[in-house]
Amino acid sequence: MLDPQLPAEYEELRKTVEEFAHTEVSPVIGDYYERHAFPYPLVAAMGRMGLFGLPFPEQYGGMGGDYFALCLALEELARVDSSLAITLEAGVSLGAMPLYRFGTQEQKQRWLPDLCSGERLGAFGLTEPDGGSDAGATKTSARLESAGSGGSWVVNGSKSFITNSGTDITSLVTVTAVTGPQQEGRKEISSIVIPSGTPGFTVEPGYSKVGWCASDTHGLSFADCRVPEENLLGERGRGYAQFLRILDEGRIAIAALATGLAQGCVDESLRYARERAAFGRRIEQYQAIQFKIADMEARAHTARLAYRHAAALLIHGRPFKKQAAIAKLVASSAAMENAREATQIFGGYGFMNEFPVGRFYRDAKILEIGEGTSEVQRLLIARDLGLPA
Amino acid sequence: MKIVVLVKQVPDTWAEKRLDPDTLTVDRASVDGLINEMDEFAVEEALQLAEKHGGEVTVVCMGPEGATDAYKKALQMGVDKAVFLTDPALAGSDAVGTSYALAQVLGTLEYDLVILGSEASDARTSIVPALLAERLGLPQLTFASKVEVDGTSIKINRQTDYGHDVVEAGLPAVVSVVEKINEPRYPSFKGIMAAKKKPVQTLDAAAAAIDTARVGAVGSWSKVLDATVTPPRSKGTIVTDEGSGGVELADFLATKKFV
Ligand SMILES: Cc1cc2nc3c(=O)[nH]c(=O)nc-3n(C[C@H](O)[C@H](O)[C@H](O)COP(=O)(O)OP(=O)(O)OC[C@H]3O[C@@H](n4cnc5c(N)ncnc54)[C@H](O)[C@@H]3O)c2cc1C
Repeated sequence: MLDPQLPAEYEELRKTVEEFAHTEVSPVIGDYYERHAFPYPLVAAMGRMGLFGLPFPEQYGGMGGDYFALCLALEELARVDSSLAITLEAGVSLGAMPLYRFGTQEQKQRWLPDLCSGERLGAFGLTEPDGGSDAGATKTSARLESAGSGGSWVVNGSKSFITNSGTDITSLVTVTAVTGPQQEGRKEISSIVIPSGTPGFTVEPGYSKVGWCASDTHGLSFADCRVPEENLLGERGRGYAQFLRILDEGRIAIAALATGLAQGCVDESLRYARERAAFGRRIEQYQAIQFKIADMEARAHTARLAYRHAAALLIHGRPFKKQAAIAKLVASSAAMENAREATQIFGGYGFMNEFPVGRFYRDAKILEIGEGTSEVQRLLIARDLGLPA
Repeated sequence: MKIVVLVKQVPDTWAEKRLDPDTLTVDRASVDGLINEMDEFAVEEALQLAEKHGGEVTVVCMGPEGATDAYKKALQMGVDKAVFLTDPALAGSDAVGTSYALAQVLGTLEYDLVILGSEASDARTSIVPALLAERLGLPQLTFASKVEVDGTSIKINRQTDYGHDVVEAGLPAVVSVVEKINEPRYPSFKGIMAAKKKPVQTLDAAAAAIDTARVGAVGSWSKVLDATVTPPRSKGTIVTDEGSGGVELADFLATKKFV
């Protein structure tokens, strides 16, 4: 079973990110959130700390760490703010990871160092206006012209809700596209790297979002967008299998982020319950409040165990698909419930954007939707138990 | 260029601190230890100078056995190696004793520049940099908010109440820095991993040729006789205004001789 103690270097990393989140992020993030502005200076500082290179080897500018280390960093950031945490999660897990896992040596050398340094951001475009959960329903197409001799992919279609796709420092979006006719009942889907600024690639204006207001999300459209043939990522026709792997890992990262949010709710509630008085007593003295906080702590704790177990399986090369789905399911639900309870403890102040719990409340819901909805997690768990499709 | 940066481990500034009633020193066992905040700026400056001019940075720390967090942090930030001076005989050293002990350690090292923070958040004497420079017979450049090194000389902006002075000296020299000088980096995971493999030399008093009669509680020139905790503020008087509030307020001010 798990060693109850984190190894020293992971604990040092956790403490460093905790300190960063408290000193650098906490005082300023509310203002970015309010203005729906992307926090470039904080992202740059995270880059200098090496957070974007955490799970990648040093030869590509990475930190030589692993996915577990990334998850610890995400948890600590999300204890204070989810917008920055999702920027890191999407940049690493969705932006850089597909290149690292499936890229050729040249592709890795060309794209990864910038992404690892955090000077540039990567994005991954899977979801389309007509389909997210049913990723096989992809309509975006890529047609290969003059294959073999300086050929190019001509991409047409659109993507929805793509994180990190439109910042000033976005370098690329990897998109899934149909590259061939149906075979054995399934379309041929491949992944193609589209550099930002490629003619025919339009980044639509940012959405008006309920939460994650300091993160970058756009719809994308492609109209005869041409990229070189060598921008195909991994094998042709393997796109579907590739993003399933990427999403399996990403779920652990989202679970870590959700755990952080759930813990942040405990942190804030403890502090507030100590300060706030009602009917002549501090509200921490009421058992109703104590029980809420105890339940919140229990949920954050179990969420943490679930994601750390899945992450440990992943880095040891063991099967982790079901554990990742469970982690995401329970952690996102913990985040949602804790945000609701923390807001309750804060009373009217909890409904004000200037308090972190207001942000937590708005940021929690997406965790039950993004990178596989809770229904999809249940489907995955059911399949793993052998229940029929 | 060879740079030595001095760091101290202090009790967490935010933690509640207690004085040990027997020794009248801070009870360090009861709170987390960490690097003195100002020393992080010294480490950062040393690293930036080494990155710019090439060279090697050594961190020197004196402290009780097990007080390893401060120099470890410096190693994680990127310092090349550490020297840790620890000996029960050093416990309770005042600034005079501390500067002597540190000077002895520096005597075992080669360096062109010594950098340290202007003050430690626990004792706050701010005189160790000057004492140390005097003992080493080196120029002292204190309260630096900017440092420039040029081959054989060093120039600093010395922060003052009215602005800054520009002060220059030949190398080697002792420089103490203020918080304005830079923004200390956070250790990266690579730095954290690398720190585990960096050389740490642990010295006791004898190894640094320290005369134990000149350090510790015994060797200190000053002695803490008594320590009193600031009493909590009393509750104050609440005047409920039932028509005579103004008069009562005026009376209060008059009895306290404010009016
Ligand atoms: C802020 C934000 C950022 C995002 N970032 C990215 C990104 O970077 N890249 C990217 O590719 N996508 C991204 N997404 C998209 C996100 O992953 C999808 O929204 C999500 O996967 C759900 O897809 P959908 O919105 O199409 O919902 P749908 O798939 O249409 O689902 C609608 C509802 O039906 C349920 N449902 C669907 N199928 C089943 C079934 N078989 N059984 C039971 N219930 C089912 C779902 O659970 C859901 O409740 C982002 C979304 C948001 C809001």
